[in-house]
Amino acid sequence: MRTASRGRDTSKWAAILLFLPPALLLFSIFVVLPAGEAGWYSAFNWNGFGRPTRWIGFDNYRFVFDNRAFGTAIANNLLVIVVSLVVQLPLALTLALILAERFRGAVALRMLFFLPYILAEIATGMIFSFVYDGNYGLLAAIYGWFGAEAPHLLASPATAMPAILVVIVWKYFGFHMMLFIAALQGMDRGVVEAARIDGATGWQLQRHVVIPLLHPTIRLSVFFAVVGSLQLFDLVMPLTRGGPADSSHTIVSFLYTFGVMRMRVGFGSAVGVILFVICATFAFTYKRWFMRDE
Amino acid sequence: MSRIRLDGNLAFRTLFLLAAAIFVATPLLATVLGGFKTLGELRTNPFGLPHDWQWQNYTDILLSARYWTLLGNSLAIALLTVALTLITASMAAFVFAHLRFFGSDMLFAYITTGLLFPAATAILPLFIKVRDLGLLDSYFGIVLPQVAFGLAMSILLLRRFFRDLPPELLEAAVVDGCSYIGFFGHITLPLSRPILATVGTIVFVHSWNAYLVPLVMLNNDRLYPWPLGIMVYQGEYSSEWHLILAFITLTILPTVLLFVFAQKHIVAGLTAGAVKG
Repeated sequence: MRTASRGRDTSKWAAILLFLPPALLLFSIFVVLPAGEAGWYSAFNWNGFGRPTRWIGFDNYRFVFDNRAFGTAIANNLLVIVVSLVVQLPLALTLALILAERFRGAVALRMLFFLPYILAEIATGMIFSFVYDGNYGLLAAIYGWFGAEAPHLLASPATAMPAILVVIVWKYFGFHMMLFIAALQGMDRGVVEAARIDGATGWQLQRHVVIPLLHPTIRLSVFFAVVGSLQLFDLVMPLTRGGPADSSHTIVSFLYTFGVMRMRVGFGSAVGVILFVICATFAFTYKRWFMRDE
Repeated sequence: MSRIRLDGNLAFRTLFLLAAAIFVATPLLATVLGGFKTLGELRTNPFGLPHDWQWQNYTDILLSARYWTLLGNSLAIALLTVALTLITASMAAFVFAHLRFFGSDMLFAYITTGLLFPAATAILPLFIKVRDLGLLDSYFGIVLPQVAFGLAMSILLLRRFFRDLPPELLEAAVVDGCSYIGFFGHITLPLSRPILATVGTIVFVHSWNAYLVPLVMLNNDRLYPWPLGIMVYQGEYSSEWHLILAFITLTILPTVLLFVFAQKHIVAGLTAGAVKG
């Protein structure tokens, strides 16, 4: 018995010592360390060469908050969240309720709606910079049918962000729809059937039986919508690069434009820390308040 | 079918589905077809079929070394990322699934903090780190950060699957004198092909589409993956939309093909997989 257990112990520790370090090392070096260093670097005025020496305390944070484009970026991120909740989520939910049933073409439509989600953001942004192009674009052609002059949506500060919001809905609603369809298919049909036998029909059934059963999935979908919007960057670059006049920046495109491109390591790190705090605070409070049961 | 006919709002549903399908499909179809047109026709007929199919737009790109270099880079980066992720994540997940020791819970919690924030939050320190390691302008300068940022999700998914495998297997194997490492190699991995395929597919798609990390880590355009390359291409051919559309089509084609063939894994991985966050 003793030798067997000792052999087992050796085997156990051999596995632990061989299997854990690669993942732990990679994660520590490329995720945890940089996240911590962002906090350290954000206290310096540093262009990335040599070592950081010019300590300026919290000044970088003041510079960030004093930058008007950062205010716009925060507002735009909030706008994306609002549109995700008010437009995208109801759209995804409605389509899921329809497409979760079996009929000819349902599966093909699901796949069509999911397809934009797996396309690269860069490709999606480019496709829509064509759609919006004032000379050659699809929108220009539609205006042309009515003999109207096509607007250059992406070239005007008033319309650039709304145009991006449409692309966001186009690209991401299919993902949320699939979340709902997966939940609907895993749902206990007995409850729904029982309600149907009790006389609930159509919209009543959806409103009072199916949708309440979907609440955990809705909370999850909201979670993904918020986290996704906080990371928004790739899509903005081919469309507007944050312009015109910094009107369509997101937090990450702001970080890239004002931090990375100008190699202002301290400033960019401060933006990163702010984003980190927003993400972590949101994830913690949301999970605590809304997803306790999961 | 009968249930649908009973629903009074069939017409509404159909219209709604049709509108959504047009909204989604039109930009995609117009992109593919636009690549077959001349610039002049694109201006007068952006929606319809081309009058005169310009296959040359596509063949010129397909015969250019540029296109294949971009795709080759993307493929190399994505495959390296997938391989390294699957190896490191499955080993770690195995330990977290089956072996308890002092601090194992803490280490697991440590790894899952990776779910809290995106790579963008630490992109500048990450750049400095990769530079100090001498990995700028190399595949691994992109691969290693991508693997590291994908570990939390991958380990979570794999661990859950490993735990759901019948526990009698492990007990029987251990009684028979099989080591944990042997069990992992001979039993766990072969039984876990579905989840490995799912995780591999998610990681592949993320890497294939990635933009920010390669953008920051690469100066040498010979190493550019396609999202960087296509941005350069657009800069060069700024208003020759017919060529840009053909190029976009050819770069999203691999994604679409992958989607068609690995549909099950992609949908399962990106939705159900995302569920346990």
